[in-house]
Amino acid sequence: MASLFSGKSPGPATDTPLKDADSHLAVRVRALTKTFSIGRRGVDKLLALKAVDVDARSGEMLMIVGPSGCGKTTLLSIVAGTLSFDSGEINVFGHKLHQMSSSAVTAFRARSIGFIFQSFNLIPTLTCAENVSVPLLINGLGRQEAEKKAEEMLERVGLGGRGGERPNFLSGGQQQRVAIARALVHEPRLVICDEPTSALDSQTGATVMELLRTAARKPGRAVLIVTHDNRAYKYADRIVEMEDGKVQRVYEDARDIAGY
Amino acid sequence: MLFGDRPKYIMLICGLTFAALLMTQQTSVFCGLMIWTTSTIRNVRAKIWVVDPKVEQVNEVRPLRDTDVNRVRSVHGVAWALPLYSGMVQAKQIDGTFQNVMLMGLDSATLAGRPARMLRGSIEDLRLPNTVVIDAYGVEKLSKGHARMLDIGDVFEINDKEARIVGICLAERAFTGAPYVYTTYDKALTYAPRQRKMLSFVIVEPIPGADPAAVARQISADTGLRTFTEDEFFWSTIWWYVYNTGIPISFGTTIALGFIVGVGVSGQTFYTFILENLRHLGALKAMGASNWTLIQMVVLQAFTVGLLGYGIGVGLAALFGYMVLDKGQPPFYMPMQLLVFTLVVIVLICAISALLAIRKVMKLDAAVVFRG
Ligand SMILES: Nc1ncnc2c1ncn2[C@@H]1O[C@H](COP(=O)(O)OP(=O)(O)OP(=O)(O)O)[C@@H](O)[C@H]1O
Ligand SMILES: [Mg+2]
Repeated sequence: MASLFSGKSPGPATDTPLKDADSHLAVRVRALTKTFSIGRRGVDKLLALKAVDVDARSGEMLMIVGPSGCGKTTLLSIVAGTLSFDSGEINVFGHKLHQMSSSAVTAFRARSIGFIFQSFNLIPTLTCAENVSVPLLINGLGRQEAEKKAEEMLERVGLGGRGGERPNFLSGGQQQRVAIARALVHEPRLVICDEPTSALDSQTGATVMELLRTAARKPGRAVLIVTHDNRAYKYADRIVEMEDGKVQRVYEDARDIAGY
Repeated sequence: MLFGDRPKYIMLICGLTFAALLMTQQTSVFCGLMIWTTSTIRNVRAKIWVVDPKVEQVNEVRPLRDTDVNRVRSVHGVAWALPLYSGMVQAKQIDGTFQNVMLMGLDSATLAGRPARMLRGSIEDLRLPNTVVIDAYGVEKLSKGHARMLDIGDVFEINDKEARIVGICLAERAFTGAPYVYTTYDKALTYAPRQRKMLSFVIVEPIPGADPAAVARQISADTGLRTFTEDEFFWSTIWWYVYNTGIPISFGTTIALGFIVGVGVSGQTFYTFILENLRHLGALKAMGASNWTLIQMVVLQAFTVGLLGYGIGVGLAALFGYMVLDKGQPPFYMPMQLLVFTLVVIVLICAISALLAIRKVMKLDAAVVFRG
């Protein structure tokens, strides 16, 4: 696989900084609208996001909460550049997603975004170290160097020496830690997490959130987390509450939200 | 990625190996069989063959008039032209059973068309009365039921006439399964059932430096008989069997089966493999792997298993060929072109499998990874 990924996009994360007035912003979403075609012939429309405005500040951990179906995952997918949208402006560390071609968006994802999924999404046929090295390989790093960095990253998430094992032999919490290592190994500026703890028990969930906060929350970067889990609220810098495709309220202090 | 999934990996290689083996083995046997139809041509090694105008292949005999030899001989560019008898006759063995043999009658003065290699005895002894030379395969066939193998000095009967063995030779195997029995042209006429015309072929050597094809054309023009150069006769015979018998169809069916099984097994396995891994491919896509990268991955994996399957399959086929080569049964001929043919087909199978998978990968939406 190494050879396939090599020689693609130029080396890892050195993004061009924001040069406009909003340079303290990591993510700036304005009037984002997304409709899905549903029904058998795709004629019915479902308005999933209705003119959403969201900001994530540089260096913060922003949590997005709300009832099921309110559009959290949709918003996250769009900001991550994995889903198209109807209208609006999205600026992620200076990258204007609404103006970029699909191949540019793909390159942007490879360099600037780290992903953590609810169901881990580790590749079962690769070892942990190989899984972690995937983003580096995609960014054109050599295989040996990538695996060395992967091992270091695994060490940082408390899984030193486990790099040679297959993910399926690890516990859920350990798998999610591998996923965190994979999300951070190429030092992306934006880390995207969709329900990172909902497949874990509360103890393991806390460990994972702890780890995310220490490892991912850095100056000049940002972490976006969608969650249902109110025990995770205390790790957030700010919380955005959504409902029915709209932003309901932004909590500048996480302690203000009901259920904290 | 595929390499980690042992069962599927093995399944794929088995499917492709099976396809490669079946196709190579069947095609080799087919080629071998086709080559066998030309055994007489390869045994006689004449540069030009003169036949009745209706004859298209060497195993179909329409006798010429004895005088035709002289007519051919007088054509410009002919060094020599000699009669050759070739026909299936029944040999009676000592125990009273019959065996078909391919009787070859050679011009008694020159013995032109003689076997390439004598194992024992002398071909010159054919000039003695009631004598024959049989091939090694004939020794085996005609000795059936005897306490010992036939040898020089032994006697059997051809159409109630005594035939004494004076030599044993090596001859190319005929597809009819009949061994070759050599005698002189005159004696062949007494062994074979009497007919109005008995001359099967006139074999011709052009004068040194003359182009056989040109001489052959000249003979046709002057005598009205049909002529073939050795090469033309070889291919004319093979094509005759391809067009006029069911052999290609029956082999073709098996070969097509190998292809279909190959496509079926490998395409199916590969496709389910992709389906099962769609989430992971989606994750790779989300992480910024381009379609092109994923396609390369799919293609690399498809062709790795393809080449492995090809290698093992062809290897097994060659092993099979090696094992039957001593026995000489069934015929087996595995030329270079055949290996290339199988390789092309296996690559085709892999390409079809990969294409199915690639279509799926292309349509894959990176956002699927966010869906539970
Ligand atoms: N690919 C799609 N096609 C059609 N409708 C979709 C698609 N994805 C999401 N939707 C719809 O859009 C709305 C928002 O979905 P989304 O997944 O963003 O909600 P969510 O807030 O993440 O919910 P949950 O908390 O259950 O994960 C829902 O009504 C959902 O059914
Ligand atoms: Mg969701």
